[in-house]
Amino acid sequence: MLAAIDWHILWARIFHPDHVFVLALWRTIYISVGAQILGVVLGLVAALMRLSRIAPLRWLSGLYVLVFRGTPVIVQIFFVYFGANLLFGFTLIPRTVHVFGIFDIDGAAFAGIIALGVNEGAYMREIIRAGIDAVDKGQMEAAKSLGMPYRLAMRRVVLPQATRFIIPPLGNEFNNMMKTSSLVFFIGVTELFGDAEIRYSTTFKPVEYFLAVAFWYLVLTSVWSLIQAQIERKLAVSERGDELSFRERVAAAWLPSAMRIRGTP
Amino acid sequence: MSSEGPVMRAEEVVKRFGRLEVLKGVSLDVNPGQVVCIIGPSGSGKTTFIRCINHLEKIDSGRVEVNGHLIGYRERNGKLVEDSERNIARQRAEIGMVFQRFNLFPHKTALENVIEAPIHVRGTPKEEAIATGRALLERVGLGDKFDTYPGKLSGGQQQRVAIARALAMNPAVMLFDEPTSALDPEVIGEVLDVMKTLAFDMGTTMIVVTHEMGFAREVADRVVMMDDGAIIEEGSPKHFFDSPTHERTKRFLSKIL
Repeated sequence: MLAAIDWHILWARIFHPDHVFVLALWRTIYISVGAQILGVVLGLVAALMRLSRIAPLRWLSGLYVLVFRGTPVIVQIFFVYFGANLLFGFTLIPRTVHVFGIFDIDGAAFAGIIALGVNEGAYMREIIRAGIDAVDKGQMEAAKSLGMPYRLAMRRVVLPQATRFIIPPLGNEFNNMMKTSSLVFFIGVTELFGDAEIRYSTTFKPVEYFLAVAFWYLVLTSVWSLIQAQIERKLAVSERGDELSFRERVAAAWLPSAMRIRGTP
Repeated sequence: MSSEGPVMRAEEVVKRFGRLEVLKGVSLDVNPGQVVCIIGPSGSGKTTFIRCINHLEKIDSGRVEVNGHLIGYRERNGKLVEDSERNIARQRAEIGMVFQRFNLFPHKTALENVIEAPIHVRGTPKEEAIATGRALLERVGLGDKFDTYPGKLSGGQQQRVAIARALAMNPAVMLFDEPTSALDPEVIGEVLDVMKTLAFDMGTTMIVVTHEMGFAREVADRVVMMDDGAIIEEGSPKHFFDSPTHERTKRFLSKIL
């Protein structure tokens, strides 16, 4: 079995990626990052809407989560890209999109970012809501007692503390996002997965190309894990005024009870 | 603000949680510079009452005024309607509050806790707020803890930062909600000492919900006994602790002293 693998192809894909491949890798990165940023923004807006005193805003937020968490993301991608054309006969997203007037991206990739981002927003709303709920109610009361209006108290006191609860699940979400972004291949974006798909269909060497692509996804997610650990460490510093070593954080992640035994001063 | 008249006036304040009436028409006047201690068994409505003073709890009827301004409500055609959030926030800025569980902002240092509201609510220039904040922290005995996060401070130190934080807004009246109840016995004294300084040296108007009878006796101008959502007795500490008239007060004091 193993003898059937062309190791040369596998090594070449890993150690000598060509520029077509690098472009595909870059697409995966910017689609994931763009969609995740959009997801966080939409999730924050939806989470704040859910806390609003205005009932229709709360309903809208609930409906958003219901629809986008309850339907397959691949269907959402199709609808964003082809929906306007099929339903109403006009092209919503042009072939090339000028983003902020700075750079151009392929229309399909743009549609992918929008669809993945809107989908992600529904999950982020729940994560951000849970983060806000996890902040002690006394914090909002203390802020109000000092004369802060609700929005100021939210921005200066509650949300900064909620971040600490939001970052770990946000890391998971982004990890998922990098892999889920492969779905945009189905609207014609040649990202990492798409590149492997195309190569294998011309060479009939699926094992080599898919093993290589798995390796590159692993690289992306591993790099992200390191970045996330760094962010969490920074947050922990400002929160406690002291610094946990990497070893302590790993221990804490596996043994939450060990932290409680250490106790607070 | 008129120089005469009470700083805080509560008239027939009624508060219900669902069908439970926790305040059954509480009236209280507090004059400038006065220290009023509210005592009573748990569940008597003391904490709910002072939370009504800065509108952390909405009231169901009656009225609360601070410096002659109605708190939390506006009068419209003889009826009271809840005021705008911005106005309520503005009124709260005049009322300092110290909580049982401190509620310091854990992501900010001691000094940042103290200067947060002056800068972002009042618009005080940063340098000025820092100078005032440092002076206040020195006053509560924490001159060496400016840059320390609350997590690294003891309970007594945290509560003193909380007092400095409330004072930084230069409030007309300070509310204390059982400020020493969550503290270890050995640090209660340091917080009470700070509160005594406010009362004796700075002439701060204070309303204190407390179980510290020694403090009430020494510092209060007036002691108020609450039971079952109503004020049942009030008077000078001397009257209160030496010759209480109400049967319920006598029983309460005999248990606690």
